[in-house]
Amino acid sequence: MSKLDSKIPEGPMDRKWTDHKGHIRIVAPANKRRIDIIVVGTGLAGASAAASLAEMGYNVKAFCFQDSARRAHSIAAQGGINAAKNYQNDGDSTFRLFYDTVKGGDYRSREANVYRLAEVSANIIDQCVAQGVPFARDYGGLLDNRSFGGVQVSRTFYARGQTGQQLLLGAYSALMRQVGKGAVKMYDRHEMLDVVVVDGKARGIIARNLITGEIERHGAHAVLLCTGGYGNVFFLSTNAMGSNVTAAWKAHKRGAYMANPCYTQIHPTCIPVSGTHQSKLTLMSESLRNDGRIWVPNTLEDAQAIREGKKKGSDIPEADRDYYLERRYPAFGNLVPRDVASRAAKERCDAGFGVNKTGEAVYLDFGAAIERYGKLEANIHNIENPSPEKIKELGTAVVSEKYGNLFDMYENIVGENPYLHAMKIYPAVHYTMGGLWVDYNLQTTVPGLFALGEANFSDHGANRLGASALMQGLADGYFVIPYTVGDYLADDIRTGPIDTKTAAFDEAEKAVTDRIDHFLNNKGTKPVDDFHRRLGKVMWDKCGMARNAQGLQEAITEIRQIREEFYRDVRVPGSASEFNQELEKAGRVADFLELGELMCMDALNRNESCGGHFREESQEMDGPQKGEAKRDDANYAYAAAWEWLGEAGKATLHKEELTFDVVKLTQRSYK
Amino acid sequence: MKLTLKIWRQKGPKDKGKIVDYPVNDVSEDMSFLEMLDVLNDDLVRKGEEPIAFDHDCREGICGACSLFINGEAHGPGRMITTCQLHMRKFKDGDTIHVEPWRAEAFPVIKDLAVDRGAFDRIQAAGGFVSVNTNGNLVDGNALPIPKADADTAFDAATCIGCGACVATCTNSSAMLFVAAKVSQFALLPQGKVEAKNRVLAMVEQMDKEGFGNCSNTGACEVECPKGISLEHIARMNREYLAASVTKE
Ligand SMILES: Cc1cc2nc3c(=O)[nH]c(=O)nc-3n(C[C@H](O)[C@H](O)[C@H](O)COP(=O)(O)OP(=O)(O)OC[C@H]3O[C@@H](n4cnc5c(N)ncnc54)[C@H](O)[C@@H]3O)c2cc1C
Ligand code: SF4
Ligand code: FES
Repeated sequence: MSKLDSKIPEGPMDRKWTDHKGHIRIVAPANKRRIDIIVVGTGLAGASAAASLAEMGYNVKAFCFQDSARRAHSIAAQGGINAAKNYQNDGDSTFRLFYDTVKGGDYRSREANVYRLAEVSANIIDQCVAQGVPFARDYGGLLDNRSFGGVQVSRTFYARGQTGQQLLLGAYSALMRQVGKGAVKMYDRHEMLDVVVVDGKARGIIARNLITGEIERHGAHAVLLCTGGYGNVFFLSTNAMGSNVTAAWKAHKRGAYMANPCYTQIHPTCIPVSGTHQSKLTLMSESLRNDGRIWVPNTLEDAQAIREGKKKGSDIPEADRDYYLERRYPAFGNLVPRDVASRAAKERCDAGFGVNKTGEAVYLDFGAAIERYGKLEANIHNIENPSPEKIKELGTAVVSEKYGNLFDMYENIVGENPYLHAMKIYPAVHYTMGGLWVDYNLQTTVPGLFALGEANFSDHGANRLGASALMQGLADGYFVIPYTVGDYLADDIRTGPIDTKTAAFDEAEKAVTDRIDHFLNNKGTKPVDDFHRRLGKVMWDKCGMARNAQGLQEAITEIRQIREEFYRDVRVPGSASEFNQELEKAGRVADFLELGELMCMDALNRNESCGGHFREESQEMDGPQKGEAKRDDANYAYAAAWEWLGEAGKATLHKEELTFDVVKLTQRSYK
Repeated sequence: MKLTLKIWRQKGPKDKGKIVDYPVNDVSEDMSFLEMLDVLNDDLVRKGEEPIAFDHDCREGICGACSLFINGEAHGPGRMITTCQLHMRKFKDGDTIHVEPWRAEAFPVIKDLAVDRGAFDRIQAAGGFVSVNTNGNLVDGNALPIPKADADTAFDAATCIGCGACVATCTNSSAMLFVAAKVSQFALLPQGKVEAKNRVLAMVEQMDKEGFGNCSNTGACEVECPKGISLEHIARMNREYLAASVTKE
């Protein structure tokens, strides 16, 4: 029998969460002191959860592999965070945010979870403001908003291009306050390498102290994985170098189902690859699509001339430019959702219209925005008949005020001034909607093991809308888990501290040390990155922006070969009892090599196109939607949850049927 | 291009450490400095040698993990950038580049170029927060308008990435710029005012305990700070500190 009980509360959609909170069990204050909780990860999800749970009185241990909790990958988020505040009076509401998110996710998410997310979104902003997060404000001193892709209201709160940083520092300061009080014990430079399951319940973890190499046992009554996404399975992505799947994968191998692993978000606006040395890709925030226009030349001759350096973008007259998003999607234009924008870029580049040496780049152009803002400023400042230079100057100042840090970042990396020359961008792996399957309470299929933030599969369906990951991470950590974990822990008030000197801990620790020993004793010839790069290429080519059955089958075979070779030929220098970054990488890549195969299996199974998952076999063949993704609700309106069967490449599929009681399933059209 | 790297190698906290020379070829100017080190490390591993340890994560100038002292400058040549944002086009064929870790008593070396900056976390835990619990019933975010200018200055202070370049650059290894940035952010915002006095006293006390030196106002920190944190924040913190000390019971 399948263990997939989503535990969606009864009742009307807008009452579910309130009623659920009112009825679930809670742990009395005096008893919370007797309960230990492990929180792995200190990103938005982990830091907010750890701080909140400690404030409530639980004993919390928090872990991260960076040298400080403040450096979790959430710090890098740029654009913003959504909330249904309707401050702009543009018709926003909880329902609209809910609806946009379900539609944006291409009807592959669980309605009840998404509704809750929209419901608590407004609280998140209040909480962050109270913590002193310096959001952008208007001249009246009120909070400012901007628009993000896939929606028609302005509900995104931001702090220049560093929203993730400011939100994380807010959550981090709440966390450090609890660390100062002794309510949270912080373990930085620690990597969790296994979950320990005792009598069917998660009761602790095995972690490696990354400085001394010591293997440690930590017991607890519940374990929360807030360990982020696995986009680095593609080697090149916008994720931080250390982002990895290890914690989630170890949980998977201990019985937690992995859901929709193939749902990957490829972000349309990233800086293109510059060479083989490339170690990661840099995102140019989606907020740029508010003002930037995306185009390629109309003719193949112009495109070729640009690639050969004979022409520049600015040499192409307006009439010879193809603003392909505006052309194909007049209603949303440059603000279509990410999956749609990425595929459209790929389509143009595959057809030969790419504008850099590799042919894999399109323009993101601020020329029109600079002119528009320049004229506006001239009006505001009563400058009559401004010269084109003056307009440019004024407009450039406005664009710089809005996006300055992003433009600087671009110039730094590419070595070209984006105020003068249109930026070149290309899609890159950015986010993983898939992750550990969780029920409404954020509990995985292993009792006592919870997953929050990007590590779970919950709210974004097959495609995440911009500015919604920060929202979800903080919703999970501040406003969901503090309630739902209590319901589970209510049974544990008399359990007493978890003994770590037991067979289950022995076994888990041994598995960890055996693996480390294998790597160090394996006198192979190639460094870890070599294998990681090869895996990444297979994934990008065959399980990336477009997928087909044949390619996916080939990918599975190739990944198996790489994995076999990896174990035979990887070289990991140094020892286990020291700071050893190659050893850290080896463990992570070993897990990516197993995950990659499951992603391909999942993509192969899902013979429909939805959101970020585009199966070439499943597209509209004619009519006005020709070439657009074709969903198959009759056969695939489910979340695919995979159960580990003891070996990579062997997994059973469990289906959580998705029912849509409130939102009507329709073709997602942005035309 | 071809370069000669002179890199600090130190096996562990107790090892004395030394500079080791590494010639590198085929460096492309599009590489970032850390990608250049990746290529070197790749080569070292293939040769059976130990790669060079250094901290890094986001590689886009925001996490504050990277921390190299390059040719005598924290985060290397170039202003307002971190080491991971430094690109090789800043160097030329034939250059010799010295690479060392942050040097400060409060930042002990862990291995090679990686140091322990835990002191910053402890300073933060001493008072770098607003004491507000998670609460679903807080007042509406817009109930408290904040003048744009204050919000913007608070934001500027809040962009500190906690990298420690200010400490590494300072002849006295002072952490004033880092601490001032946090104190100043909260001092500028109404939410932070309530605890302003305790905050500044507690954070400064912890800073002193950690073994950071005194500030002698040379301003070197501001120059090397990748986020352009201004000395004005130090001035603001000094005012806050003075006021708090005077009225302290
Ligand atoms: C460049 C970029 C820009 C983005 N911009 C936006 C945006 O504007 N708006 C938006 O909504 N979203 C954005 N996102 C997405 C969003 O930032 C992430 O999805 C989100 O921050 C993830 O938060 P998290 O708490 O789930 O995980 P993370 O922040 O990734 O944190 C993971 C934590 O887990 C720890 N960890 C992982 N594995 C282990 C282990 N084995 N042992 C111990 N610790 C471990 C890490 O140390 C870290 O503390 C962006 C993402 C990127 C890459
Ligand atoms: S003040 Fe500047 S140099 Fe110092 S830690 Fe902050 S960002 Fe780094
Ligand atoms: S690696 Fe994150 S700031 Fe340099």
